[in-house]
Amino acid sequence: MNQSDFLKVVLPFKDKVFRLAKRLLVSTEEAEDATQELFFKLWRSKEKIADYKNVEAFAMTMTKNYCYDRLKSKQASNLTLVHSNYKEKETSLDKKVEHRDSVNQVHQLIENLPENQKIIIQLRDVEQYDFDEICKMVDMKPTAVRVALSRARKTIREELIKKHNYGVS
Amino acid sequence: MELANIEKLVEKYENAETSLQEETTLRNYFTGGNVAPHLQEYEYMFNYFATTKDETYTKTIQLEPKKSKKRNLKWLSVAASVVLLFSVFIGRDQYQRYQAEKKFAQVTKALGMLSSNLKKGEQAVATLYTYENTVNKILK
Repeated sequence: MNQSDFLKVVLPFKDKVFRLAKRLLVSTEEAEDATQELFFKLWRSKEKIADYKNVEAFAMTMTKNYCYDRLKSKQASNLTLVHSNYKEKETSLDKKVEHRDSVNQVHQLIENLPENQKIIIQLRDVEQYDFDEICKMVDMKPTAVRVALSRARKTIREELIKKHNYGVS
Repeated sequence: MELANIEKLVEKYENAETSLQEETTLRNYFTGGNVAPHLQEYEYMFNYFATTKDETYTKTIQLEPKKSKKRNLKWLSVAASVVLLFSVFIGRDQYQRYQAEKKFAQVTKALGMLSSNLKKGEQAVATLYTYENTVNKILK
């Protein structure tokens, strides 16, 4: 497998990898570094990739594991510092959107979810993978995935309602 | 899409029982702008999902990025250790010379003191000799 073949396989899901990394690592810079690092890793194990049927799912699993490691590692302990920078970028992105504040709230709410719910909602509601793929990526049983997803969706909605009513009254 | 149908789908959606197709229907409805007031939260959610999906990785992916970095670091550490070794040697040399000079000064001082004290004794002995000589002269 040469470089252009590799890129042909890999490039279609680079944004998905990036978005998942960003979901977990919060800061854009961290996510960019993680994406770069992951594709470098993939490139190094390119011999194995040829055997995989679903490279994308494999890459997503790798992303998940890598981000977990990053979060656990010492280096990531200054993530909280970066946390403050990210908001500006986010708002510039959402400027075009109506109901900007409420849409931003969704971002915050997802951030507060437990890690596995975060991943699952990212994979399902943003990236629109089907359940089989998600199960493979997160290495969970279908029922567990459904429960987590349902819980995540309900939590977000309830929190939104709470905030909404709070603002009104 | 009529509202009753959407409401049914929403309920399924909350229980994570919707298929991807049904979710697409929901997405189209909620991002379309014409949303019933009591379902407004979903509008925020789906709009958020849609905007998030627009975000892309803009940097180019480099496939051989770390190697050069690592090699630089390796050579840097080699250079640093060489410098350290070198400075330790030179430092030790200097220190030894300094110690030797100190010892030499101490020994010189001690020898000087010894010789001056010996001279004192010699003088005393010389006085004794003169005394003895005079005594002998007188007694003879």
